[in-house]
Amino acid sequence: MKTYYNPEDLKKFGNIGDFQKSMADKFFDYYGEVFKEGALTAREKSLIALAVAHAVQCPYCIDAYTVDSMEKGCDEEQMMEAVHVAAAIRGGASLVHSTQMMNKVKEISM
Amino acid sequence: MKSLKAQNHPLSSSKYEIELLESTDFGGTFESKLEESGLFPLKPTQIEILQINMGKMCNQVCKHCHVDAGPDRKEIMEREVMNHCLKVIRENKIRTVDLTGGAPEMNPHFRWFVSEIRAIDSEINIIVRCNLTIILANPKYHDLPEFYKENKIEVVSSLPYFNAAKTDAQRGDGVFEKSIKALRMLNEIGYGIPGTGLVLNLVYNPSGAFLPGSQEGLEAEFKKKLSNQYAVEFNSLFTITNIPISRFLEYLQRSGNYEAYMEKLISSYNPSAASNVMCRSTVSVGWDGYLYDCDFNQMLELKVNSPGSQHIKDWKQNALKEREIVVNQHCFGCTAGAGSSCGGATA
Ligand code: SF4
Ligand code: SF4
Repeated sequence: MKTYYNPEDLKKFGNIGDFQKSMADKFFDYYGEVFKEGALTAREKSLIALAVAHAVQCPYCIDAYTVDSMEKGCDEEQMMEAVHVAAAIRGGASLVHSTQMMNKVKEISM
Repeated sequence: MKSLKAQNHPLSSSKYEIELLESTDFGGTFESKLEESGLFPLKPTQIEILQINMGKMCNQVCKHCHVDAGPDRKEIMEREVMNHCLKVIRENKIRTVDLTGGAPEMNPHFRWFVSEIRAIDSEINIIVRCNLTIILANPKYHDLPEFYKENKIEVVSSLPYFNAAKTDAQRGDGVFEKSIKALRMLNEIGYGIPGTGLVLNLVYNPSGAFLPGSQEGLEAEFKKKLSNQYAVEFNSLFTITNIPISRFLEYLQRSGNYEAYMEKLISSYNPSAASNVMCRSTVSVGWDGYLYDCDFNQMLELKVNSPGSQHIKDWKQNALKEREIVVNQHCFGCTAGAGSSCGGATA
């Protein structure tokens, strides 16, 4: 069956350098640096990544950061709360734009 | 729950396990990886640790147990084999004796054996791998913490997570609550408390088909959670990867995770973890006295490759030091990521 998303393709992520090596190398170096233990712990970064994965709705990232969060000792409740953060920001981002709608309504109403 | 052996499960046969592990090609054998790292044949560096499996009898039946231990297992070490172990410890200046099982405390000769090891030398590091719940299992075990203290035992105990749901899913209903009680009993007499010299280490292993994350990060999280929520203290956390044999292999197969897990282990092969695998400094003794490179090889019945010195009664230090370690596909569990051993991460 042909699908746009194939779980096996996640393993091929590293191959993006086949078409453009120097940029891929820079990206993966940067990526590795970002997820290192830093001012935020690797565990905190993993939960942020999990939340962002849901916000950008990337199935590869959702798989990858579900496993990564579990490896880093997060439990189901923490992971679901991270997704709620993404959902709240997405929902909030829509709703806060309603102020623009409200402004416009007021502007053109008697 | 019964052991695989009591269920007559095909995976209770080590021959079947090995055939299964060897039959699937996941992109490279362990031998070929060691060769690439310049480590084949794998040889010991020195024999520092004698790990003694006192039997397969246990009060628990954990889902991931590589020993396939449980109350229905009757294989336990006799005093005669223990006497041979004592002779080896005495004559070869073994510095660390690591007692495991099953629940080693269920062996009727356990206390005698520990006291005899302690009598050899007050400086030998004696480790007991205590599953915690045994302390509460029967009034005759309630004084185990005192006994450990008197004999200056290092206690190493499994706690796969700092909540009941995950711990009980792996180790059985009610295990978390009992483990916390037992940990408090150990804390009360000084175990895990800085300055007492009484060492209480915990073992974390993932409750599922994934690898352990950074030992440092998990230790920090465990310390915070156990101290704040349960008033439990401990010294260090050892992260251990689940080795794909016995009941964990059965879980992997049943849950459809076997192939992906093996691929993950193999793709995470780390040469520096390979050069630090615990079999390079350990000899493992089975309940019946046979010798193995590690507790995992013991369960797969892969005896040490040192002819004439395969049983504790025939111990020849030099032959054992020169032996080639027997490796197979399960060894990828020791070399993935930050590596894994009975003392935690290795790389
Ligand atoms: S993992 Fe330990 S406590 Fe659990 S069944 Fe096996 S030997 Fe017993
Ligand atoms: S499974 Fe045993 S023999 Fe294999 S690498 Fe690990 S410790 Fe060594």
